[in-house]
Amino acid sequence: MSRYTITGETGEWEIVVGLEVHCELLTKTKLFCGCPNAFGDEPNTNVCPVCLGLPGSLPVLNRRAVEMAMAIGTALGCEIRPSSFHRKNYFYPDMPKDYQVTQYDEPLNVEGRLTLVDGTPIGIVRAHMEEDTGKTTHMGGDGRIHGADYSLVDYNRSGVPLVEIVSAPDLRSPEQARSYVSELRAILVATGASDGRMEEGSLRVDANVSVRRFGGEEFGTRCEIKNLNSLRSLVRAIEYESRRQVELLERGGSVDQETRHWNEVEGRTSSMRSKEEAYDYRYFPEPDLVPLAPPAEWIAEVVAKLGLMPAQRRERLASLLGESSEAIEEQVATVIDLGLDDLVVATIASGADSRLVMARAANEAAQQPDAARQLDPERFGELIGLEAAGTLSATQAKAVLGELLTNGGRPADIADRLGFKALASDELGAVIDAVIAANPGEWDRYVGGDDKVAQFLLGKVMRETKGRANGKLVAEALASRRG
Amino acid sequence: MSETEAFAGGALAIAARVRSGELSARVVTEAALEEIAASEPLLHCFNTITAERALAAADAVDAKVLAGEDPGPLAGVPVALKDNLCTRGVPTTCSSRILEGWRPPYDATVVARLSAAGAVSVGKTNLDEFAMGSSTETSATGPTRNPWDPARVPGGSSGGSAAAVAAGLVPLALGSDTGGSIRQPAALCGVVGLKPTYGLVSRYGLVAFASSLDQIGPFALTLADAAATLQVIAGHDERDSTSLAHPVADLATELRRGVEGLRVGVVADFLSEASGSCAAAVRQAADALADAGALVKEVAIPELLHGLSAYYLIAPAEASSNLARYDGVRYGLRVDGDDVQEMNARTRSAGFGDEVKRRIMLGTYVLSAGYYDAYYAQAQRVRTVILRSFARAYEDCDVLLAPTTPSVAFPIGAKTADPLEMYLSDLFTIPTNLAGHPALSVPFALGEEGLPVGVQVLAPALGEGPMLRAGAALEAVAAPGARGPVRPQLGGPLAGVAR
Repeated sequence: MSRYTITGETGEWEIVVGLEVHCELLTKTKLFCGCPNAFGDEPNTNVCPVCLGLPGSLPVLNRRAVEMAMAIGTALGCEIRPSSFHRKNYFYPDMPKDYQVTQYDEPLNVEGRLTLVDGTPIGIVRAHMEEDTGKTTHMGGDGRIHGADYSLVDYNRSGVPLVEIVSAPDLRSPEQARSYVSELRAILVATGASDGRMEEGSLRVDANVSVRRFGGEEFGTRCEIKNLNSLRSLVRAIEYESRRQVELLERGGSVDQETRHWNEVEGRTSSMRSKEEAYDYRYFPEPDLVPLAPPAEWIAEVVAKLGLMPAQRRERLASLLGESSEAIEEQVATVIDLGLDDLVVATIASGADSRLVMARAANEAAQQPDAARQLDPERFGELIGLEAAGTLSATQAKAVLGELLTNGGRPADIADRLGFKALASDELGAVIDAVIAANPGEWDRYVGGDDKVAQFLLGKVMRETKGRANGKLVAEALASRRG
Repeated sequence: MSETEAFAGGALAIAARVRSGELSARVVTEAALEEIAASEPLLHCFNTITAERALAAADAVDAKVLAGEDPGPLAGVPVALKDNLCTRGVPTTCSSRILEGWRPPYDATVVARLSAAGAVSVGKTNLDEFAMGSSTETSATGPTRNPWDPARVPGGSSGGSAAAVAAGLVPLALGSDTGGSIRQPAALCGVVGLKPTYGLVSRYGLVAFASSLDQIGPFALTLADAAATLQVIAGHDERDSTSLAHPVADLATELRRGVEGLRVGVVADFLSEASGSCAAAVRQAADALADAGALVKEVAIPELLHGLSAYYLIAPAEASSNLARYDGVRYGLRVDGDDVQEMNARTRSAGFGDEVKRRIMLGTYVLSAGYYDAYYAQAQRVRTVILRSFARAYEDCDVLLAPTTPSVAFPIGAKTADPLEMYLSDLFTIPTNLAGHPALSVPFALGEEGLPVGVQVLAPALGEGPMLRAGAALEAVAAPGARGPVRPQLGGPLAGVAR
């Protein structure tokens, strides 16, 4: 990655970014009680005395959540350590106990690494467990707590298990930050611990941003930016904030350590809390929970169940696809994201054309990912074979695939049932001749060497045959007629 | 049937007669409810009396007996619950204004277990607000009076439960003990009070004061009744992560084992800190145990006297966090304000009493950035020292003997102006909580002004067996008249408030 700098009036500046990513775990139940962990339900229906923090209630740690947290730690190359829970004390209406149970000085996962797609290693300081808060909606005013007429609180999210992944301040550009979150997201999805949906808040990112003179050693004063709900917000907020800091410093000012809020509409950050106003969280060990020290056998079980990570899976696909392009990289990303790479690998192994397998998997099969993951690679291979041989046109192959995913069966039988018979070559020849006869001007230009007209003629043939013709064969036929 | 007749022999005797069909649970319950109602104007043991529910529960027990089903080991026994134990649909106030109007949607595990054992809950007893106090005077509903002398406190914080058993209103009650809140009022009221090993009884549904110290336990007139109650409420609960998986010993058997060969250490360091009658009772108790065949010696554990200071850092620290949730947002009292912070502040200012506020401020302070190490962390180190010094003592002792309190019951109002003086009431009970050990107080003697004096038996974690053996031996030789029930003395300045 080329070096990213901000050019100010006094010289070049480098930005330093560290990210804190909160990941909601895909457990069936909450972290400390048996309430369903579900997004989008009727407010305050997935609640009980524990996640409402009613007097007398006590937390009991969700075993599955610990396993997912350990899977995340393992995927990030962290060391899994004996850990404990603390209480982080501050008042907020959507936090029912007015403290959050979190891991503090003894996190479960420490010292890992995430390698960006371009090969840059980014340090992972820790990945610890904690509980989510409820969700407050401020009514009236500008939607923030100050100036609101009243607020509504939904505690369905209260007690949902989170893992907070804290990166080292190793990121040096907005684009790297995007790349980090995007890769982290892929890893989290691959562990099965997350659905990776930023728009639903299952992944939430806070960015610590500072700037320093290019080539400098010491870190500048950082600001923490909250409310980054998409990769786009993340990039824009880092760009804005780093420029703001550079301008401030170049004017002879100084950056105050503070928490800042990203306003997506205005495209700027604004101060939420200064360092002086920062909460004193009064952390102390949570007496209602016992320390969490996973025995080696348990860790081994989790590690054994962990599948291949995105980087390994990308490598596996790349080795099958040969030379890459941006389009292929996108297909690879989609296929891995949806967990269709096992299907792709098995289908290619059965002898099917690799590029065609990728294209159909990333474009069509991706529309029905659940069904696609269940698809028999042999059947998928048969379909690709029919298309590659020209027996089915691309349009027909897509239709057969749709049917295959919905109802199953053998691709050849489905094609028959749908009336997709390959066009006999004399029938195709007759159609081509008719198209040439009906478009003499275009034909002359084509014969004269204007290859762009080929697409026009091909389109006409496809229309006449209602998509039953194989495009490759038509192109060949046109070329041979041109002589 | 008179209440005295119905209650004869205590909880186990009632249960036996109810189980055999000789006595109906309804009759027992009606007698208890009548006594409670009559005593309330003078003693104020109860915040809530659940007459209808109690009668319905009693009828259910009687129906089981009639149907030949097992109604449980505590069938038909009226029981009073400290008002910091959650009871489904019944107000649970912690004697605080801040919980006004709140009815829990669930029963505490101990409440459910008592009910499953056939016990009949008759109401919720008064306590120091959020169990913070040693006299039941910090209650928002007014003080409970000691049935031995209504001008005096019953102790606290479980004063309502202790006084209710002492006055013979109920044969059984539950309390909670964070720094002595079961044992101290038991001693001042002349009843048995037992604080189990931390984790032996589930805390699920006990409104937390200081989570690492809180433990629920029984009050009764006899050790056998207390042990039977503990047997019912003890045992693993998957809803409490600090609940022990350890199987519970057969406590009734332990009670009958005697003290032959039992190694007893008398905590010398406490004797000099106790009043004449309280120290004398311990010496007498030691002699009695030796006579019964125990091997008695004095032990020095001076570190235990540091427990009080450590406790008043750890307990408020945990309390400041546990009590944060009373913010006016979800339940209980709300005093409106212009914004949420003001609403929080006004609610908490109006809802909490002075002692609770004092401890929240103390706890907030000791956990603050820059002070944590000097106070909270240091207190935890002292806690470790206390654990180690106990462990050393228990290398050659099975149980320890100590006074429960420094003095007999003091007059109402005597210590309210001086919190530190009040805190000293728990000097001898606090180390046990810091260590997570069990201890009990047995009514043993009569002291100054003819008031009861308790002797404390301490044991290592899960040492309930030896603890009960020593307790039973003391109960057998206790001074006649040293334990309840007592009829409150009417007359003097209190005659006006009597029924």
